[in-house]
Amino acid sequence: MICIKNIKPYEQIEQEEIERLKAAHVLRARLQYEKKPLFRGYTDKLLYVDLADSKIRIDDIPGQVKEKFIGGKGYCLRYLWDAVTPETRWNSPENAIVMSAGPIGGITQYPGAGKTLVCTISPTTDIPIDSNVGGYFGPFLKFSGFDALELIGKADKDVIIFIDGNKGTISIEEAPLEAGDAHILCEQLTLMYSDDEADRKNVAVVTAGSAADHVNISMLNFSFYDPNRKVVRLKQAGRGGIGRVFRDKRIRALVCKFSGIKADLNKPHNMSILNKTGLKFHREMHDLDGKQNNMRKIGTANIIEVMDAYDLLPTHNFKFGSHKDIDKIKSTVFIEKYLTQGAPDGCWYGCSMACAKAADHFLLKSGPYKGQRVCVDGPEYENAAGLGSNCGVMDAEAILELNFYCDTYGIDTISYGTCTAFAMECYENGILNKERTGGLELTFGNIEADFELIHQMGRGEGFGVIVGMGVKKMKEYFIKKFGADPAFLNDIGMEQKGLEYSEYLSKESLAQQGGYGLTNKGPQHDEAWLIFMDQVNNQIPTFEDKAEALHYFPMFRTWFGLMGLCKLPWNDIVPADNSKTAEPAKVPEHVQNYLDVYEAVTGTKITVDEMIKQSERVYNFQRIFNIRMGKGLRVNDASPYRAMGPVTEEEYLSREERYDKQLRELQGLDPEKMTLREKMDSTRRYRYEQYNRMTDAVYKRRGWTQNGVPTPEKLKELEMELPELLEVVNQVLSN
Amino acid sequence: MLLNDRQYDFFENGITVQDVIEKMNYIYPKLIVKVNDRLIEKQDYANTPLYENDDVKIYHLLAGG
Ligand code: SF4
Repeated sequence: MICIKNIKPYEQIEQEEIERLKAAHVLRARLQYEKKPLFRGYTDKLLYVDLADSKIRIDDIPGQVKEKFIGGKGYCLRYLWDAVTPETRWNSPENAIVMSAGPIGGITQYPGAGKTLVCTISPTTDIPIDSNVGGYFGPFLKFSGFDALELIGKADKDVIIFIDGNKGTISIEEAPLEAGDAHILCEQLTLMYSDDEADRKNVAVVTAGSAADHVNISMLNFSFYDPNRKVVRLKQAGRGGIGRVFRDKRIRALVCKFSGIKADLNKPHNMSILNKTGLKFHREMHDLDGKQNNMRKIGTANIIEVMDAYDLLPTHNFKFGSHKDIDKIKSTVFIEKYLTQGAPDGCWYGCSMACAKAADHFLLKSGPYKGQRVCVDGPEYENAAGLGSNCGVMDAEAILELNFYCDTYGIDTISYGTCTAFAMECYENGILNKERTGGLELTFGNIEADFELIHQMGRGEGFGVIVGMGVKKMKEYFIKKFGADPAFLNDIGMEQKGLEYSEYLSKESLAQQGGYGLTNKGPQHDEAWLIFMDQVNNQIPTFEDKAEALHYFPMFRTWFGLMGLCKLPWNDIVPADNSKTAEPAKVPEHVQNYLDVYEAVTGTKITVDEMIKQSERVYNFQRIFNIRMGKGLRVNDASPYRAMGPVTEEEYLSREERYDKQLRELQGLDPEKMTLREKMDSTRRYRYEQYNRMTDAVYKRRGWTQNGVPTPEKLKELEMELPELLEVVNQVLSN
Repeated sequence: MLLNDRQYDFFENGITVQDVIEKMNYIYPKLIVKVNDRLIEKQDYANTPLYENDDVKIYHLLAGG
């Protein structure tokens, strides 16, 4: 096991090199501003930057926006709505990238409070995408005086936007020489904008990576400086191609510098409640993490072998839920051989869950940094499953290598895994061949081909660019260019609304099919993860039960996004007596903690119902935003059959006993008298019908029409009868 | 035996909560076990015998991801 005490510091880039880069900067615009102090979690200011004419402006955030949209994702969506029209696409100049940390964001007493929410119109879905990310940028932005940042327009040259929160300056600088790859660029800028070594932790960088110039599935890296390792760490706003929009605007990086982090910067209403609630949680973490999820040792990757054991780990493009070689990538392999232990790995100050693990001095075997030793952030569960088992890559070092290159190239690991797995299945079915892939033998488990694919994305070459379009566009391309069967590709292409599925097998959990399919942005599990409650625990057997869960959990979890909070401390540890509560799955004591923290920061006491209502307002706003952009209706909530059941004979036969039993028990059929084709067809019909009936129940519970449209009555109930929302809703209802 | 409201036919005399957990390959660490509505603590899994008509609930506490 590797311990932080034995980690050698990383080598730094020479100061001369930094000077050379800096000397090439050309100042385009600069604004000196007077910082508005925070009060109860808010500054009520938005920083607006138009890249096209280098305009920098500071706007007041109106009281009505604060009241209805709260902060974080709510602010992001509100300002994005105002920036765009129904015709706006990801690369339209008016498309905005909006970031906001939320009122609780930046506190250091309670864990998981350093998240930034980011929204834009996505290149893969054409609707708003939202992503929740760690790193220091969001809190620094807030302490520099801004509840939100809005970026619009496109620059004609690569620029850096630099905010100095202590001096009160914002500048736009041309930056022609900086690196494209995130791990180098973030180090360059951290060194460039810090005064000395002690000052490095006060610099936070946001950047994409070199692949973001070429592929849609690109993300944003948010940095923080790790003084223990003396290296810049990277966290990702992964989903939906935000990095692609960022680079389309020719933004090389955002840099925010702020020194003087302390406990009361949010000017909270009640410091003592904040301290007390935080301390209670830290104690729980100390006493119980080792007995529960081991978040401090391995982070979210603790569930790799758990998912395998329950047949939920996606393997070979979500065909199966387990893999015979699971021992090669189970969490203990990463703990014992690669992930440094004993480090305070929080992605914001005060996070005692400290799950942001890293593999130090990892030796790269391929690509432009072959032979170098680097710090790899991760792997998180999603990376191990997406880059690993879903592509048949049962090799811990290959997973770490792909993880590193995804990060530095600015590629979303989840989309990369799901896209590559899809391409691999197409290859194994003869839709692709070596000629069509430019020589890549994209079979499951071919690590060499996988490495070459990712480097092609980084370079913007070859078949990598095709895969990097995302599954939806790949399907269209394979149908048009290679005459592939649309029905088969739509069955196995694991995307919905244009977003690739995250890495859980939902076939045997109807509720989770809804947890993926009935979401606003597409199939990402951050709205609802109901697989155990549904499939294993059987706690939500009826359609109404599932609908209730698909109302409560998405709304509850939306609240984290309004606040600037991380979801993990909610339920990746639970109080010792949680099992004795009426609804253990909700972790009632932690919910109460959040209400207490909210009151302690903002001075407003709310109940659980009010908390859910805050989320519902934003959730329904986002749904209507989707409708405004031409999606957001029932037809857009349909799922690929691979997410619902066995597409191929191979899949059916691999779990034949289970499927046959279901035919007998659920449909009253006798599988002995049926052909394989008949059994598969009956299973498919039944599962579609179940999904439809659940959709009916969920829409009803959410106050939507059977076409998935929030009703005017629902908007009234939520006090969200905004004219722009009613206009969209009334128009679609009258059609 | 009823496990999570589903009928299972693997009951045999002398079977314990621990045996069921192993049989079902329930390796996830955060479980809530109730037998006929009575909460069973982890240290008692191996010495809690089950009977044919018992109503067993083994809930996995993961709503995460
Ligand atoms: S729990 Fe993990 S991801 Fe969440 S804030 Fe803490 S370190 Fe970051």
